[in-house]
Amino acid sequence: MVTLLALAAPAAAADSGKSLYAANCSTCHGSIGEGNGMRGPTLRNVGARAADFYLRTGYMPLEDPGRQPTRSRVLFSEQDVRRLVAYVGSLGHGPVIPHPQPSRGTVSVGQKLFADHCAGCHQIVGEGGYVTGARVPPLEDATDRQVAEAVRIGPYLMPRFSKTQLTDRDLNSLIAYIDYAKHPDDAGGWALGHLGPWPEGMVTWFLAAAALVGLCVVIGKRLPS
Amino acid sequence: MIRGIVRFVDERTGGSPFLKKALRYVFPDHWSFLLGEVALYVFMLLVATGVYLTFFFDDSRSQTVYHGSYAPLHGASMSRAYESVVHLSLDVRAGLLMRQTHHWAADVFVAAIVLHLLRVLFTGAFRKPRDLTYVVGATMLVLALLEGYLGYSMVDDLLSGMGLAIGYSVALSLPIVGAKFATLLWGGPFPGSDAFWPRMYIAHVLIIPILIAVLLSVHLLLVASRHHTQFQKSERESEQTVVGVPTFPGQAPRSLGLMFGTWGVLFLLGGLAQINPIWLWGPYHVGDSTNGAQPDWYLGWLIGALRLVPSFDIVIGGYTLVPNPFWGGALFPAVVFGLLYLWPWLERKLSGDIAFHNLLERPRENPTRTGALLAIVVWVFLVFMAGSADRVYVFLGLSYSHQIWAYRVAVVVLPVVTFFAIRRVCRELLAGELVREIQRDAKDKAAVT
Amino acid sequence: MSRVKDALVSAVVLLVGRAAPSARPDREPLVEQGSPSPGWEVVVLILLALVAGCAIVFMVLFSFEGLAHQTQYLGLALGAAFVLLAAICIVVANKLIVTEELEEDYPDLEHSAESDDVEQVVVDSGSRFTRGRLVKLAGFGALGTLGLALITPALSLGPAFATQKLKWTPWRRGRRLVDSQGAPLKASDIEAGSFYTAYPEGADRELIGSPIVVVRVPLADLKSRHDWAPQGIVAFSKICTHAGCAISLYRKPTFVPVEPRPALVCPCHYSTFDPADGGKVIFGPAGRALPQLPLAVDAKGYLRAQANFDEPIGPSWWGVRKGKAYTT
Repeated sequence: MVTLLALAAPAAAADSGKSLYAANCSTCHGSIGEGNGMRGPTLRNVGARAADFYLRTGYMPLEDPGRQPTRSRVLFSEQDVRRLVAYVGSLGHGPVIPHPQPSRGTVSVGQKLFADHCAGCHQIVGEGGYVTGARVPPLEDATDRQVAEAVRIGPYLMPRFSKTQLTDRDLNSLIAYIDYAKHPDDAGGWALGHLGPWPEGMVTWFLAAAALVGLCVVIGKRLPS
Repeated sequence: MIRGIVRFVDERTGGSPFLKKALRYVFPDHWSFLLGEVALYVFMLLVATGVYLTFFFDDSRSQTVYHGSYAPLHGASMSRAYESVVHLSLDVRAGLLMRQTHHWAADVFVAAIVLHLLRVLFTGAFRKPRDLTYVVGATMLVLALLEGYLGYSMVDDLLSGMGLAIGYSVALSLPIVGAKFATLLWGGPFPGSDAFWPRMYIAHVLIIPILIAVLLSVHLLLVASRHHTQFQKSERESEQTVVGVPTFPGQAPRSLGLMFGTWGVLFLLGGLAQINPIWLWGPYHVGDSTNGAQPDWYLGWLIGALRLVPSFDIVIGGYTLVPNPFWGGALFPAVVFGLLYLWPWLERKLSGDIAFHNLLERPRENPTRTGALLAIVVWVFLVFMAGSADRVYVFLGLSYSHQIWAYRVAVVVLPVVTFFAIRRVCRELLAGELVREIQRDAKDKAAVT
Repeated sequence: MSRVKDALVSAVVLLVGRAAPSARPDREPLVEQGSPSPGWEVVVLILLALVAGCAIVFMVLFSFEGLAHQTQYLGLALGAAFVLLAAICIVVANKLIVTEELEEDYPDLEHSAESDDVEQVVVDSGSRFTRGRLVKLAGFGALGTLGLALITPALSLGPAFATQKLKWTPWRRGRRLVDSQGAPLKASDIEAGSFYTAYPEGADRELIGSPIVVVRVPLADLKSRHDWAPQGIVAFSKICTHAGCAISLYRKPTFVPVEPRPALVCPCHYSTFDPADGGKVIFGPAGRALPQLPLAVDAKGYLRAQANFDEPIGPSWWGVRKGKAYTT
């Protein structure tokens, strides 16, 4: 009896996932995830991994297929997300949701990997940046799971890194470094967003130079003639 | 006690006549005359903190593996130079304070010089007999830029390493002589020989500081010998008579206050605001780079220029006569500095005014000069802003390529517009003042009758 | 004992007691005199005590080992000390000294008589020369030439006459590609949609000619140099031809119909290169295409270079388009 129910449960989840899909995704991704011309790619074999990533970051749903997906508030409930993920996962044979373990990784190994593979786009401490034609998001809001998913998927314009290039162990270290980079060692004080000379120049002019000019004005008050 | 000291010094140096003159030397009184002094005090702090840093820095590019206290870099291969700075920053008490104060001071040094330069330019203080003083000052600005660039490049972190590659490319791009010049400086193709690091080090800690110190002394001597310029505020000021506050007792506490205040601001910044956290950037390797890398602010105009110039190398008969970085990296600053250096003589030629001047002009009193200067400022500033177009895209969503095109148009159009507009504004302001004066005179006359 | 007590009392009275400073009674004051301001004197004394306090706090904080935020506290203490000193100086300037306004003459614009004398001294000293101009010219010529000789050793700072070294890279025919760990790369390791950094086996990785980027381009999209790209795998120098930064960005479209095509991008000034078309520049200021390394797959499936790059790598200089890159 329990087994029957257990077997029935995922099917049931997939079923209401199917109706959620039809209401929210089919316009662009096709009625059974086969894609829809210029509006959206196929979802066959993308797996629960992709759906989990795109839905939990709020990248999807995307109103305009020509636009860059951006991290936004997830409008689905947790239950609905699970259902959609289960449904998309059932379309073909795609990868499952990863479960990274950054505590098993080494931050210093991750730093080297991040510098070699990621810093060019994401900036050396994950503050994001620009690549021709798109904005590269910062990583401070990315959860460990989302990072693991994104690395393997390569969402939007990001390249994908499979296990041959970055083993799961490497990925754990990479995520450990990214977690560190969210609150790195700011021994020097106010971190200025970890953006380097750009905000430093603003502090130079709007704080220091302003203070010093103010000092000159206070000191050099005109004498009454 | 004072009597004792003064007589002691005078008997051994003969200095009392000079001291008497110096103590009652008159300083014209305007807050904008203090900007140069700010730069002087910043320079003193740079030297003091800089000496401290030399006790810890290892000017060697040879590679080592890090096993220090900062965990994220364990096992990383890096130069000994980089390692010594990480060690100073994270393991030496007050090391980071000194390093950050030094770096903030470098940024503020150039800012102070620029503010001082703008004051000198917009008030006509560079006119005869102070054109030599002015040229000495302009040279110090160039040296300050070079000194700052060398200083932060010596650390060999990811950001400054990228910056050195760009500097190398600009050197390489000089027509005909570029390859020889760049390989001469670097001791070979980039990243250069092992001797390149000691070269940067010696230039930064010995050669350029001595040059700046000598030029600074000459600059101050010239200012003192010709006396400071002044605004005409009343009937008493004239081309012959300077009115102001004597060194002692009036000016001394003011200057001291400025000195201590400047050092206070810099130490506060050095302790409270993080600058160049090189342990976060990681060491430089030829095959690595990061998004969002920028030079320190005073070189921002050059990265803007390099990004704005459209893609072309000038090639004639298989010889690349002018590689692309030349225009933005070499010609643009050469033109700006050329204008800066030649300004006193350009103005003499174009305005016909070859007289000596001790009195300053308010900016509006010379509409053509103010218009032209502001046009150049706008030109350089626009190029400077273009260097942040990627950040503007990330923050505000304005397309990067559209911004670049907009800047390309703006750098040609806006300076011209600025010149005519500002010149007009100055003339209108002057005309308004004249009208008010006439009205005041008329009222006074009416009151008398 | 009472002598010591007397001395102590006198010292305290001298220090703390109030009196006008002893001016020279036999002379007129040279500086304008002003009225006392004892309240502000007390303010200054308090501020001075605070300065000493900040200095002591600095020294105490310094003595701690491993104090969190130590840099911030030290900076606050030292900075506060100096800011307080500045405040003291401003108080003294405005309240405790007389700020006089004096007049002085500007120095003479010129000293024509003395200048004439100087000129005459120089000219008169040359009374024994008959060919003065020629001697002067020869003098400058000789000194100038000697000056040139003295700066000639500067040429040994670098290989200024061997600039063909700029064309040298460690890549040559048969060199295997390895990753940053030193492990050789197989063609099957290179997957579409990803990008790889590789180095020549056994070579110094810190040489500008070493690092390359490797990507797999779908054969249908490959526009040129098919014989350099086995299975569509292409390799380019990682060093941007604009200003020498490492090209560490790769743009890969997920949904090809609406997203921009694959491109290698440099993070410094955003020069963008097309890996499917010989590294051609498609955006940004680079004036020269990215040099391509012709690849081959050996019998065991490892990637090897067929030859050196088609053009010298790195930022351009005047001879960069003359001749190929070389190894020996």
